Amino acid sequence: MAQSTATKIALYVILIAASVPFLYPTLWMFFSSFKPANEIFTQPPTLLPREWTLDGFVQVFTAQPFVQQYGNSIYIAVIVTTASIVLSAMAGYAFARIEFPFRNAAFVVMLAAMMVPSEVTIIPIFTAVNSLGLNDTHWPLIILPIFGPTAVVSVFIFRQHFLAFPKEFEEAARLDGVSRVGIFFRIAMPLARPAIAAVGIMAFLRSFNMYFEALIFLRTPENFTLGLAITRYQDFYGEQMWTTQLGAASLTVIPILVVFLFAQKQFVQGLTQGGLKG
Amino acid sequence: MAFVAPQLLGVIILGLVPFLFVIWYSLNEWRPLTGEMEFIGLANYEQLSSDPTFYASVAASLLFGVAILVFNLGIALSLAVLLNQRLRGITTFRTIFFSPVVVSVVAWSVTWGFLLAPNGGINGFLKLVGINGPNWLGDPSTALISVVAVQVFKGVGMNMVLFLAALQSVPEEMLEAAQLDGASRWRSFRSITVPMIAPTILLTSILTTIGSLEVFAPVQLLTGGGPGDSTNVLPFLLFRTAFVSQQFGYASAIGVVLFAIILGLTLLQWFTRRRWVHDEV
Repeated sequence: MAQSTATKIALYVILIAASVPFLYPTLWMFFSSFKPANEIFTQPPTLLPREWTLDGFVQVFTAQPFVQQYGNSIYIAVIVTTASIVLSAMAGYAFARIEFPFRNAAFVVMLAAMMVPSEVTIIPIFTAVNSLGLNDTHWPLIILPIFGPTAVVSVFIFRQHFLAFPKEFEEAARLDGVSRVGIFFRIAMPLARPAIAAVGIMAFLRSFNMYFEALIFLRTPENFTLGLAITRYQDFYGEQMWTTQLGAASLTVIPILVVFLFAQKQFVQGLTQGGLKG
Repeated sequence: MAFVAPQLLGVIILGLVPFLFVIWYSLNEWRPLTGEMEFIGLANYEQLSSDPTFYASVAASLLFGVAILVFNLGIALSLAVLLNQRLRGITTFRTIFFSPVVVSVVAWSVTWGFLLAPNGGINGFLKLVGINGPNWLGDPSTALISVVAVQVFKGVGMNMVLFLAALQSVPEEMLEAAQLDGASRWRSFRSITVPMIAPTILLTSILTTIGSLEVFAPVQLLTGGGPGDSTNVLPFLLFRTAFVSQQFGYASAIGVVLFAIILGLTLLQWFTRRRWVHDEV
């Protein structure tokens, strides 16, 4: 529908005003990590530091083993992402293509498991992790997202993808004597790139931004992941180190946002597909 | 079968079996610090039924859920309608509205904690226009709605994108025809667009309800359940009962109630869908 100039201007004004609560916090977080601590609560509020300093950032690395914590978050997220793609693709493929006994029952089981909040099942999982001696290790943070109920969404994304995948390719391969496993890895997977991107982005972000499980299972700072580390910046008197906290938060968030800017389409599709196709 | 086995067994072992354990734990008195587990039947549930903190928590959770549902869906739909206009640079705004979805929930909550502080940025801006802002997170009358706002701005981009896709599937000819027949924009939105996107509204409202009742991190980081019990939502009460007070049995009973509420609300929305969704989902 054609719009008059007045309408257009009004629309831009509304859009810009609506952007503030979405954009300002991130910008404020970033610029405030360059402020000296006494500027955090200056009135009237300012976005840019009056005096630029790297003190906050220096303390990010001296007050906690932040590099190691960053490494923890990344290696856990990489393992979770890789394993999630392979395992949920296999399960999704089976649900879409292979007739196996109790297929519908298995599908219902998966749906049902999604309904139980992870805060509820954490109690028996915590006692199990404890009795296996895996408390304060990364094992629960790796195993839970890969195999647990949160993975069900990924299975559904792959199932949906493989349902739409033309059967002829596979039939031709089967006539040539390729096995089921061969068909899956050599034909189905290479053609499943959009689903792989969707599941990969979702799994990576979920793991990288994980907080609750880290809070429950991790005890020593060397084992912390980023989300937990951000909350634990305190000085000797137990006071929060404001700019340091914001610095650590910025270092966690900015790389993800940069990647998001360059791969927006994949991010939006990946993250919303879980909602749409579940 | 080998293809599904890892994922299916995983979901059973890490999802359904623990849930059965939670039901069993809820029938026991169990403080892991002092040791023994003792079967006490429904005593935990009886204790819940006379526990004012629990009622406050259920109330906080329901209020939280309803507020999230209303604001999230309302804002998501409004933003989607705005983004559905033909304007230069419109995708930049979509990027901005969606960006908090990819931001770590801890970073987002911590930042808002500073902005909502009594002498923080929001009250600073209010002061510039002559308003003395409240202590957002420290006042029982504003704490819950503040946490709701933080959560809504974080996640609304998701529903916005789903709505935008639904809006773009509404045929433009239909809207033009209605306009030729003299229907106002509002009228054609209400009578054509809304019924056509009703399946998406149903889906997003179910997912948003489930999600809102599981919110933990912003509550823990912004208010710690307080002041009083005004933001002491069920997942947070469960966490404190289990991992601070070390009462695993009692916490499990809370977990069972939380699950029952989620299941109940989901079924309610699903079975009343025919009233307002004509299309089969």
